[in-house]
Amino acid sequence: MSNVTLTIDGIEITVSKDKTILEAAKTAGVRIPTLCFHERMNPIGSCRMCVVEVEGFTQPMAACDTRVQDGISVTTNSGQLFRIRQDSLKLILVNHPLDCPVCDKGGECTLQDLVFEFGIDKVEYHAPKQDRLSEYATSLIRYWPDRCIMCLRCVTACREIKAIGAIDIRGDGYGSQVVSVHPDKCESCGECLMVCPTGALTENLSRYKGRPWISERVMTTCTYCGCGCQLELNVLNNSVIGVTTRDDAGVNRGSLCVKGRFGYEFIGSDERLTKPLIRKNGKFQEAGWDEALALVAGQLSKIKKESGPDAIAALSSARCTNEENYLFQKFIRAVIGTNNVDHCARL
Amino acid sequence: MAGLAATFGSGAMTNPIKDVLKAEAILVTGTNTTENHPVFANYIKEAVLKKGAKLVVVDPRRIDLVGLSCVWLRPRPGTDVAWINGLMHIIINENLHDRKYIEERTTGFDDYRNCIEKYTPEYVSKITGIPREDLFEAARIYGQASPASILYAMGITQHTNGTDNVKSLGNLAMLCGNVGVEGGGVNPLRGQNNVQGACDLGALPNVLTGYQQVGDDSVRRKFSKAWGVDGLPDKPGLTLTEMFSAAESGGVKAMYIMGENPMLSDPDLNHIEHCIESLEFLVVQDIFFTETAQKADVVLPGVCFAEKDGTFTNSERKIQRVRKAVNSPGDAKEDRWIISELAEKMGYSMQYADSREIMDEIRQVTPSYAGVTYDRIEKHEIAWPCLSEDHPGTPVLHVNKFTRGRGLFFAIDYKTSAEAPDKQYPFILTTGRVLQHFHTGTMTRQGSGLNRLYPELLAEINRDDAAELGLKDGDFVNIGSRRGSIRVKALLTDRTDRGVIFVPFHFHEAAVNLLTNCALDPVAKIPEYKVCAVKVERAS
Repeated sequence: MSNVTLTIDGIEITVSKDKTILEAAKTAGVRIPTLCFHERMNPIGSCRMCVVEVEGFTQPMAACDTRVQDGISVTTNSGQLFRIRQDSLKLILVNHPLDCPVCDKGGECTLQDLVFEFGIDKVEYHAPKQDRLSEYATSLIRYWPDRCIMCLRCVTACREIKAIGAIDIRGDGYGSQVVSVHPDKCESCGECLMVCPTGALTENLSRYKGRPWISERVMTTCTYCGCGCQLELNVLNNSVIGVTTRDDAGVNRGSLCVKGRFGYEFIGSDERLTKPLIRKNGKFQEAGWDEALALVAGQLSKIKKESGPDAIAALSSARCTNEENYLFQKFIRAVIGTNNVDHCARL
Repeated sequence: MAGLAATFGSGAMTNPIKDVLKAEAILVTGTNTTENHPVFANYIKEAVLKKGAKLVVVDPRRIDLVGLSCVWLRPRPGTDVAWINGLMHIIINENLHDRKYIEERTTGFDDYRNCIEKYTPEYVSKITGIPREDLFEAARIYGQASPASILYAMGITQHTNGTDNVKSLGNLAMLCGNVGVEGGGVNPLRGQNNVQGACDLGALPNVLTGYQQVGDDSVRRKFSKAWGVDGLPDKPGLTLTEMFSAAESGGVKAMYIMGENPMLSDPDLNHIEHCIESLEFLVVQDIFFTETAQKADVVLPGVCFAEKDGTFTNSERKIQRVRKAVNSPGDAKEDRWIISELAEKMGYSMQYADSREIMDEIRQVTPSYAGVTYDRIEKHEIAWPCLSEDHPGTPVLHVNKFTRGRGLFFAIDYKTSAEAPDKQYPFILTTGRVLQHFHTGTMTRQGSGLNRLYPELLAEINRDDAAELGLKDGDFVNIGSRRGSIRVKALLTDRTDRGVIFVPFHFHEAAVNLLTNCALDPVAKIPEYKVCAVKVERAS
């Protein structure tokens, strides 16, 4: 692919000619505000936030969907562009309720950030209230139709990233809305939830459990399959109240499956084992660690002495960490003295 | 894993997950990727939809990926060696193989070639039920693409001929020069978060960490010195499946089981239960009161991934951090504390300040992990082998040279499964997972979220078979094998072929492993979960 040279806000830059103005600006270190654009999807072009001026053209153009050309001069910021962006946001706010105090997205909402950035304190426009359905494709995600700004990120992600198309747009123009067209195909992966730039899609298990700025986010590795997705456990008061992802972290690039995103409830389950148990006369009784470990050590030592180390066998775990697996096999080999150690790799 | 180790010298995914974006063709077999590795499936979808890769799916079930494929081969369960040999027969006949690669990098080609001579499309079609023309199409897509990637999972390995299946896939990849190149390779998708790491760190009976053989004197000397013990056992121990048989016969008297639930995950559960009950002493360390814990003499409460620090190694051999987010419940303790305390009580000191200190010891004794420090993996993605702190890691294995030197072609003949359907047990039962649940359901069946989506066990039965049995969707059926019987709700579907029943193994109320056959692959000792003979009747 051959290269072209252009100027963005006075900065000269050479990029491959298949790039968009938005991509070129990013390379040049120039930020253009965006709302519907998402790195992993084809440009949607629904929000008009990324408009730029190209010298010689009277109409501003969407930077996300316009390819670079040799010799063009691009302006990303001007009085006119500022007003266009303000207007675009105001048109969104005509329908979008400012219920930020009770919105789970408050504090990490792209729309909220942009409204703040563009200093919008009143909306002069009015429109009849939309009457939209709040049904959604999965019970694990709640759809708040009033908050939906019709950016189309969710339907694009479902179609392009997941190749599923469980949700789509129905209706035209002002009357259009997101509907679940194939709820049977929905995998509840939460790709739509992850890319929603407002609080129109929220996680239904953790609703109202904590605000983004009071919960802690701990980056870790998923506990389910072998993909090794990177995810953030959202923690409040020693409880995991949700799972989030970052676009730039790990093989999953922000995606997760239904287990990774919603399968965290077991952590805080009240069925977790909390005390050592010892079987006495056929019944389990709670015990202290000292008693339980002394019993195990005593029994293993006795059997080793009477029948040899190979009379003991042990199963380690593909659930446990590398460090724990290492210690476990070290214990079995160095302390018990047998190679009878395996795990569930074959199952 | 044994199959790949024999063929290439290393039993792990040869290429990173994102490499499928560079593949011209992708052959997916024995992996229902969208349900079991959904994020990996995203890459397959992107490769097909955005990069133009051609997808070949070979699976007895009409899995979701079939919808994206150029061609779908539906073999009879257990006939994998036959169709793989069949594809190779066509590739050689049509001169699509990579002679230069075969000559320069492999050995054993002539014997192998003689063996596959008889696997003509007609012969293979008869064994597998795959139409002749589909074999040609699949062979041409794989043979003409460069590079082409092979992905597989338990649908290939969980057979009595699983090692043969894997070696055959290795043959196919080498035949077309697809190993050791970006976008190619033979890639087993690991089904559990740290199954790769557990193997790497020596939780296997024949090897210490990094696949160093227990039979090797110099290896044992190194570990004896590092661990400060007089001698280490030199003969390979028992595999999981052998342990239970030994418990039954009295050879094994005590078992220590950490984070596993064989009372639901292992084949022929009635037999497993009997084996476990034969033990003199059983200690189980887990986070829930599992079916296996219920059989124990002592139960030790461990902690889950959110409550501890450490690392997991993912399917693509990448070592990644696990970080503690919450405190453990009640008196539950980190597994490493429990193991260390037990060692202490048995007179051996095994104290570490934190998991980082354990990794530092691992690095000392494990060449493939020598360069894996916590500081490095915070900043970089590192896949083993990583031989020193200035080694970048090895995303693609076998570049320029196989781990074992030359890649080895194996001449492999098709063998039938251990248990074929017959008059009394006319259906083939195959087992696996569903999207919403994981393994024995210990974690995913907690809470409300996932259980809203998949609340009860469903057995997939082909609509035409159901019609013959007089079954409606949602009817209960009794599925019985020579080993046991379960009652389960039927889901009528076209996903499963005629004569085949699919039942997930997550549900203790109707544990499908009561039915499965504990016949093993002779090398890898993997049970034949994917094929056993059953009968199906409408339940009252």
